[in-house]
Amino acid sequence: MKTKMNTLLKNKNARTNALTYLVVIAAFLVTQYLYSADALSSSVKGYLIPICVYISLAVSLNLLVGICGELSLGHAGFMGIGAFSGIVIAALLKDTIPNDALRLLCAMFGGGILAGAVGFVIGVPVLRLRGDYLAIVTLAFGEILKNIIGNTYAGIDESGFHMAISTTKMPLETGGKYIINGPLGATGIQKIATFPMGFVLVLFTLFVVLNLINSKEGRAIKAVRDNRIAAESVGINVTAFRMKAFVVSAFLAGMAGALFGLNYSSVTASKFNFNTSINILVFVVLGGMGNILGSVISATLLYVLPEALRSLQDYRMILYAIVLIVVMLCTWSPKVKEYLSVIGDKLGGLRKKKEVGSHE
Amino acid sequence: MKKYLALLLACLMAVSLFTGCGSSGTTETTAAAAANETAAAGETAAADDTAAAPAIKIGLTGPLTGANSEYGLAVRGGMEIAVAEINALGGLQIEFKAEDDEADGSDKAVSAYNTLKDWGMQIFAGAVTTGSSLAIAAETVNDQIFMLTPSASAVDVAMTGSNVYQMCFTDPNQGASAAELMAEKWPDATIGVIYDSSDAYSTGIRDGFLAKAEELGLNVAVSDASFTADNKADLSTQVTQCKDAGCDLVFLPFYYTEAAQILTYANTIGYKPTFFGCDGMDGILNVEGFDTALAEGLVLMTPFDANATDDATVSFVEQFKANNDGKVPNQFAADGYDVIYALYNACVAAGIDGNTPADEACALLQEQFATMSVDGLTGTGMTWDENGMISKAPAAMVVTDGVYVPMG
Repeated sequence: MKTKMNTLLKNKNARTNALTYLVVIAAFLVTQYLYSADALSSSVKGYLIPICVYISLAVSLNLLVGICGELSLGHAGFMGIGAFSGIVIAALLKDTIPNDALRLLCAMFGGGILAGAVGFVIGVPVLRLRGDYLAIVTLAFGEILKNIIGNTYAGIDESGFHMAISTTKMPLETGGKYIINGPLGATGIQKIATFPMGFVLVLFTLFVVLNLINSKEGRAIKAVRDNRIAAESVGINVTAFRMKAFVVSAFLAGMAGALFGLNYSSVTASKFNFNTSINILVFVVLGGMGNILGSVISATLLYVLPEALRSLQDYRMILYAIVLIVVMLCTWSPKVKEYLSVIGDKLGGLRKKKEVGSHE
Repeated sequence: MKKYLALLLACLMAVSLFTGCGSSGTTETTAAAAANETAAAGETAAADDTAAAPAIKIGLTGPLTGANSEYGLAVRGGMEIAVAEINALGGLQIEFKAEDDEADGSDKAVSAYNTLKDWGMQIFAGAVTTGSSLAIAAETVNDQIFMLTPSASAVDVAMTGSNVYQMCFTDPNQGASAAELMAEKWPDATIGVIYDSSDAYSTGIRDGFLAKAEELGLNVAVSDASFTADNKADLSTQVTQCKDAGCDLVFLPFYYTEAAQILTYANTIGYKPTFFGCDGMDGILNVEGFDTALAEGLVLMTPFDANATDDATVSFVEQFKANNDGKVPNQFAADGYDVIYALYNACVAAGIDGNTPADEACALLQEQFATMSVDGLTGTGMTWDENGMISKAPAAMVVTDGVYVPMG
């Protein structure tokens, strides 16, 4: 037992993973305590679930961008698929499953599976491409998904569930109710999302992604990222592994989308546009490609930042952009890096400086 | 080396988190302090003047940044004028605050609303766009905060709850009145409809219009010429489609920026039907770089006319121009102005002041709005039905010599 603990502590991967879980769990416990003590303002309470959603989205996109090395600009499309299918599933199961938490779980898994399936269908043609081409095509697919959702009408009446891409083709009987109403989006959603469920989603996402990264599959995916030809030469099926990462990422985005959709009484398709995809990508890039804990932290901070800047009124979005640029420069500029390392060395003392030097 | 960097960054981020919390915390306290000050001011004033009480807190959310900001800024501008006028009267004071919702239909809208709630908002005078209003309306039902939206026109908004009211026409209603007007003035016209299929406002008017047009037996030759928000750089296909179908009346139920594009293109291909717009068309004469001669003969249904000569409109337009670099107010601004006055009248009648809790104010205002009638810039004798939808006379204008002229 002791030796096991020792190897756990010595293994760098295991240590980082444990730290990731610890940070997330600690953050949840503190927030939950403050929540139950009624110490949070309504705005802060309102941020909790979207933060969980964006953490999951950032971590799942990090699997694709950081670990698999493929730039995808259509992540919000999968989120949208998950959101709208989750909303429909929750509405249809309203009478069958009266328990809110259980219905939410069903909606999330349903949304995730559908997003994963769509991801697979899109992946077949898309994953033949690489680099910039892949980015452009995923961007296009994200927009297509958004426009399809924006023109979808779905509703229930006495004769059952109907779905069409035009109201005239889908007249509901009297007493029928639209669940998705074209450009108006989904309205009258019963809000069943809860913060603990958001926490469960984050843990689940971390569990899936971290385990995948540290498995045989994960090493194969990384091998494909680092050198495709070398990976192929040792018998790795490149397309299959890229597809695996793509579908898992879409599945997790779908789950997060379903939780997002069920947290608001109305959601429009235009929410899941290019800007949202880029936003998630910004979380990933600023948190560090392939750095899962980084994604968690940057998603949280960057979601709260524009809200915290509300007191600046009309200037807040400008300041948000400036902060992004500054963070970007600070993390990547060699000069700033050098400067920071000098400070770090001074703080760390001479002995550690030597150690750092030997690493270089 | 990397470890140090990571640690430093983590520290930086943690610090920024705390500063984030700190700054929002301080704003809250300053807001609270400000509220206390006003309360204190109210108390001292109460010693001199028995009528004074703390100011009522009215909040607005709207797109103050981004692509839709012109609508949000117009509403905010209109409301600020009304608030300044009312506060200058003495008596019941209003404290007004606008938050940015980026015209988002979910999380940003709710965040903006929550910020106002933390500020201590008693009455909600938003949101500007339909999507944000839908997301927020359900929250106001939960919190029992009275909501009167200046410009969110979807039926679903008013139907969310008994505390949600609208200052503008509902979309299908506006489409139906457009069809009625066409049946009266151009019964034999061949009609074409161009609309924005990604926009709830445009689609709602079009659906209401088509239903009524069928009932009245209008000849609608083109009903599916659509564009989307991402796909409106070139609207020539839609215009050509109407031209080829021989339409001599083209219905444009969307905002003036796209309409200006359509009018310009129709002119270049020598297509001259009668163009017919809705309240979103108001503002077309002020589009930068647009030749107003092209709008000659354009019919639009707008409740507000910036060129009207009554005192209220004239002083409003002057004040708005002075506050906004000479910009002429459109119906968004006028709706915002009317919302504040409607709320003010109702508060005075119901005896609501800064001490009334939001839910009590909500119940009292609902009673008031069921029976009261308001005269404003966008109509006279405006009343509300039991669903919270407004009833006011639709007014049709024709553009003649570069100004609106009421249609005879």
